[in-house]
Amino acid sequence: MVSSVEMPEQNSSAADTSDRWRTWKRFWRYPLSGVGVFGVVFLFAFSFIGPLFYHVSPLAVDFSAILQAPSVHHLLGTDDAGHDVLARMMVGGQASLEVGFLSAIVAMAFGTVYGMFSALVGGWVDVLLMRIVDVLLSIPSLFILMFLDAAFKPSVFLMVFVIASLGWMGVSRIVRGEVLKIKTEPYVEAARLAGVRTGRLMWKYLVPNFIGTVLVTTTFSVAGSILTIAGLSFLGLGLPPPAPNWGADLSVSMNYIFQNTWWLDYPPGILILLSQLSVNFIGDGLRHALETRAN
Amino acid sequence: MLSYIARRIVQAIPALLGVSVVSFILLHIVPGNPVRLMLGQHYTAARAAALSNQLGLNKPLVVQYLIWLVHMCEGNLGFSYSYNLPVTTAILHALPNTLALVLIASLLAQFIAIILGTIQAYFENSPFDHIVTILNYFFYSMPSFWLAILMVIFFSIDLHWFPSGGVINPQDPNPGFFDWLHHLVLPAVTLTLITLAGWSRYMRSSVRDNLLLDYIRTARAKGLRESQVLFRHVLRASLIPQITLFGLSFPSLFAGALFLEQIFNYPGMGILYWNAISNLDYPIILGVTMFLGTLTIVGNLIADILYSIIDPRISLGSGDSM
Repeated sequence: MVSSVEMPEQNSSAADTSDRWRTWKRFWRYPLSGVGVFGVVFLFAFSFIGPLFYHVSPLAVDFSAILQAPSVHHLLGTDDAGHDVLARMMVGGQASLEVGFLSAIVAMAFGTVYGMFSALVGGWVDVLLMRIVDVLLSIPSLFILMFLDAAFKPSVFLMVFVIASLGWMGVSRIVRGEVLKIKTEPYVEAARLAGVRTGRLMWKYLVPNFIGTVLVTTTFSVAGSILTIAGLSFLGLGLPPPAPNWGADLSVSMNYIFQNTWWLDYPPGILILLSQLSVNFIGDGLRHALETRAN
Repeated sequence: MLSYIARRIVQAIPALLGVSVVSFILLHIVPGNPVRLMLGQHYTAARAAALSNQLGLNKPLVVQYLIWLVHMCEGNLGFSYSYNLPVTTAILHALPNTLALVLIASLLAQFIAIILGTIQAYFENSPFDHIVTILNYFFYSMPSFWLAILMVIFFSIDLHWFPSGGVINPQDPNPGFFDWLHHLVLPAVTLTLITLAGWSRYMRSSVRDNLLLDYIRTARAKGLRESQVLFRHVLRASLIPQITLFGLSFPSLFAGALFLEQIFNYPGMGILYWNAISNLDYPIILGVTMFLGTLTIVGNLIADILYSIIDPRISLGSGDSM
């Protein structure tokens, strides 16, 4: 707003840009990053754009075609209710990706704010907040998730909320540790004494120091969340049927495991595996890019 | 050292209390009425009131919690609604199966991870290193439940090598140890492969880091044979951080076992918990949650202690001598 304040910022943002550019290049130079990005783009396109071209409802029941192998009519065959498997894989991916990405982002945001607050306030508040984190980290989260999903009728919103509420503690610890380390650094002291407002102080001086670590952690937790929702759905606790979901559809295949219904066994498994591999590759690429910058 | 351990155990108590409070509250605020479920079609208001009274479910939540807490301190986790057994009996009944699965898998995984990781680091960028790295990525990202299904398809249905589920052969009048082991192979190998992938990556990078350190160069410079350098110096330094992974992996091992028990119909803690959820069996749900919470805290404690033993730079706090 005041131009005299904007001046030094121009310089710092120029430095930021070249720094970011270097990180960006390092990320792409890591051979697996590209594979990971390609995989994620493919999964999003498959799940969200795919249905625009493949006009079959995942819920359409075709009793004349039950447990059929792939054919021209049903490109990936049909399940035990005559649902088209390909359509189910596409639409099922939507929920997995939404829950995976949203819950990781919500957990990241909450964990960051929580960790920063704890470190900046300090004292007994910090002790108390971190004790809470200890407690939540000791809770067997999958078991609690199972229980909550069994008790409530799960929706995408509920799944995001529940998975995020048991997944933010790691980030909050990282952020707290980093902020504690930085907050006594001379340049932060200097900025504070120079009258930089707290909000700006955080954004300009604290966040850039830990955003890399948090980003890497969050990326891996996207994979974790996708796996969690697939696992819960596999156990019959995810979004209620007949809503399509990779995990739930995989558990259907188990009922016909002796009948060689391979078109039910492989597509959901491959898609879950692909999501895990791609997101983990991106996480490794980010870690690689950000760690080298730190050296 | 002892006072450090004692202090850590004392610190663990509030965490455990916290776990119990959170689990207890969650359990009771969610919708669902175990009394209605237990009575089923015999449900009448009078019967429900009587049963609620008998189970103590009509008391205020705080009172219920305190009663449960006092009993737990006496080693009594309550009485299961659905199994008609004390919770401790039900857990002790299910635990050996799960422990066998988890321990066999983690020991195997650790053993193979140490060997693979060391060879990989020692011959960095060799074809062997690349192949194992790719396999690690693959199994690290593999959902355990899909791998389990594939195992059943290949090794049980196609090849008939191993049974597809259960713990013993019901047709065998005299099932022995080998029958039990035979049933354990597929779930154990599945859990091993999933666990192994992360652990051997860890071992590889820790051996690799150690190989670059000065004291290794010194050891070589003073004329130690390569095998001595490797076994006496590098491995010793890499092994204990690797072993701490055990302690930290308890929760994920039990979570992995939960899925595998479902698929292989293997009656352990996972199946016990699953049935408890379906029947709103509060005492079992709480008992299993507390058990796993304790295990997590104990695992972390073991990892911390091991870490402080190998690395004297890690301070155990003021006034502490090792």
